[in-house]
Amino acid sequence: MPIAFSPAEIMETIRMVQAENLDIRTITMGISLRDCTHSDIQVVARKIYDKITKKAENLVNVGEAISREYGIPIINKRISVTPIAIVGEGCESGDYLILAKAMDRAAREVGVNFIGGFSALVHKGFTKGDENLFNSIAQSLAETERVCSSVNVASTKAGINMDAVYRMGQIIKETAELTKEQGALGCAKLVVFCNVPEDNPFMAGAFHGIGEPETVINVGVSGPGVVLNAVRQNPNVDFGSLATIIKHTAFKVTRMGELVGREAAKRLKVPFGIVDLSLAPTPAIGDSVADILEAMGLEKVGTHGTTAALALLNDAVKKGGAMASSYVGGLSGAFIPVSEDAGMIRAVEEGSLSIDKLEAMTCVCSVGLDMIAIPGDTSAETIAAIIADEAAIGMINKKTTAVRIIPVPGKKVGERVEFGGLLGTGPIMPVHQYSAETFVKRGGRIPAPILALNN
Amino acid sequence: MNQWKAQQPQPEQQRVIVTVVGQDRVGIIAGVSGILAAQGVNILDISQTILQDFFTMIMVVDIAHCKVSLQELQLLLKDKGEEIGVSINAQHEDVFKYMHRI
Repeated sequence: MPIAFSPAEIMETIRMVQAENLDIRTITMGISLRDCTHSDIQVVARKIYDKITKKAENLVNVGEAISREYGIPIINKRISVTPIAIVGEGCESGDYLILAKAMDRAAREVGVNFIGGFSALVHKGFTKGDENLFNSIAQSLAETERVCSSVNVASTKAGINMDAVYRMGQIIKETAELTKEQGALGCAKLVVFCNVPEDNPFMAGAFHGIGEPETVINVGVSGPGVVLNAVRQNPNVDFGSLATIIKHTAFKVTRMGELVGREAAKRLKVPFGIVDLSLAPTPAIGDSVADILEAMGLEKVGTHGTTAALALLNDAVKKGGAMASSYVGGLSGAFIPVSEDAGMIRAVEEGSLSIDKLEAMTCVCSVGLDMIAIPGDTSAETIAAIIADEAAIGMINKKTTAVRIIPVPGKKVGERVEFGGLLGTGPIMPVHQYSAETFVKRGGRIPAPILALNN
Repeated sequence: MNQWKAQQPQPEQQRVIVTVVGQDRVGIIAGVSGILAAQGVNILDISQTILQDFFTMIMVVDIAHCKVSLQELQLLLKDKGEEIGVSINAQHEDVFKYMHRI
């Protein structure tokens, strides 16, 4: 029985895991809660708790067993559910905090660190359930530990719901205020989307879309460290060769996600959904997307050339990853969360990286303005304007964009806020001082764009 | 009962790749293969080489008849590795198959 692999191949795999932080970032089980409706909100809460704890009871055990057998770390086991605005729609009570608490208890019971789906899709307008959910977001994020919330306020086909955008600016401020003792941590669990994907396994934006099956397993891979090492080993190659090297690396990383996803789905007897082939950085040294861009030849991320470098990286990751998996979905691209990426933090603190440049970068990568801490005295109108800009990029370019921004009460530019763990450390970044209040307060919808005449 | 069992087809092999990396010294193969033999693990192939200045041994083993779970075997190998000063990993073969072969 000959060894089917060369020693170099075997050692490459082991090096990726042990020295370059290759891991499966998350196995996320999507669970439909559409059968949990009732007019009595207490009954809904009980049904939600019962269903989640039953469907996901083996999720963590199976994840850990696979991790051990294959020798690949699986960092997070998580759950996404049907948007709660839909599940709670039929309740007589509008206080969805009760539902958030049921999700939180269920997450703790099955041992997952985050549960996503305290969500609403309002790109064209609000239903009663959407309004109730919006009114419950800030309180729910403050009074639960593991619940994540997301809302979709815009899409290419519907335009931008500016009423929802403005309301989200206010809700982000309220959430920051209610969680100010923890550095406005609640805002790190709240994402505002344009063109939100329904099968994203990554928090805080994960929810179980209405086109999804009863239950599903989605997997998010990671591996900035592996790509960084491959780029560093080839400092003088031209762009074609560089793209090829990144593609090869992304292929290998994504294959791990495909293997783990299929195995988890088989063991849990749940359909396998998608692999999300994102480059998700962590605060760990060497696990940084910024470092990759700098290894490509930029003195500091944020300088001229950063958008081009990121475009090449993002596209090569997608091309390599798409070949490696039968089903690719979710966000799939390079993430640029500031507080979760040591290289991004450094670039902000050394004056190289601004919100404006980050906004430009989001035109060519997934997902958006992510984990950006801003001064606590930033107005709800300014935050809404930031969301509107980002949604406009997504709407016009037919891509997902998102905003996860944290106005930290009492903090000013130059200071830092600690979130801890994977959420990292956020340097407070300056925002523009001129007001957009009159614009934001016009109300209504920005119409959907024409999809021909592309320029 | 035993006869009935014997007539059953052989269970499929469950192949695991054991890798040993460290400074070369006397007794590495003996130490690792001793543990494998004691647990009923069949060694299908061994190769050894020097990669980036480190002694690297790669074994393909079949754990279909292993007396303990893969997880327990991993712990036994880890302890042995610490004893003789090398790093030992045991991983399901599919990891390498998925990453390096289509």
